Amino acid sequence: MQVRVQSDAFDTGAELAEFAQGRHDIGAVVSFTGVVRDTVGDLHHMLIEHYPGMTERAIGGIVDQAVARWALADVLVIHRYGALAPGAPIMMVATAAGHRAEAFAAADFLMDYLKSRAPFWKKEVTRDGASWVAAKDADEQALKRW
Amino acid sequence: MNVMYFAWVRERIGLPQEVVETDATTVAGLVAALVAREDRYAAAFADISALRVAVDQELADFDAPLAGVREVAFFPPMTGG
Repeated sequence: MQVRVQSDAFDTGAELAEFAQGRHDIGAVVSFTGVVRDTVGDLHHMLIEHYPGMTERAIGGIVDQAVARWALADVLVIHRYGALAPGAPIMMVATAAGHRAEAFAAADFLMDYLKSRAPFWKKEVTRDGASWVAAKDADEQALKRW
Repeated sequence: MNVMYFAWVRERIGLPQEVVETDATTVAGLVAALVAREDRYAAAFADISALRVAVDQELADFDAPLAGVREVAFFPPMTGG
């Protein structure tokens, strides 16, 4: 299990090629990559703030829950902070399991929890100003699925 | 104890963290003491339902006790992922 919180960019392809490499007991790898979206077309960059220390603890706790719940061979979570350009990868999750059902479910669970239980805050910076991205009720509701 | 602020809470108060000496026994008591200080705290804590709190880096409620606590952080709902 690996959790990385970093400002540096990461290469999703290289990370996946490395992930769970050499394991012959897994039949499924699922991954999700979150990307900076420019909804209206005026985004200059996305600023991501986090709470050093708590971030690593919170993500570690979420990963522990996933591992306790599904039979996972490995988990990778990378989440960036700082100023990110439109189209840049923000974060990725990868799960490895014997079968795809566990790998898909665990990745979905990890994403729902990272969204509203990991201490990150997004600010959209445009030419006209900057505004904090508000949390959505739907994101909080999504946790009830689990 | 160390009190930290993130995102727009940090912007409204105007600093990321500070050491606060308080007799407050709960997070809510700490908030009341901060609000009584200056308008910028009152502005940041105007709507408690819009805020979340972490006590020693674990999410907590506003009635959480402060005995033995080293760090309290206030922030808006998280937007990770």
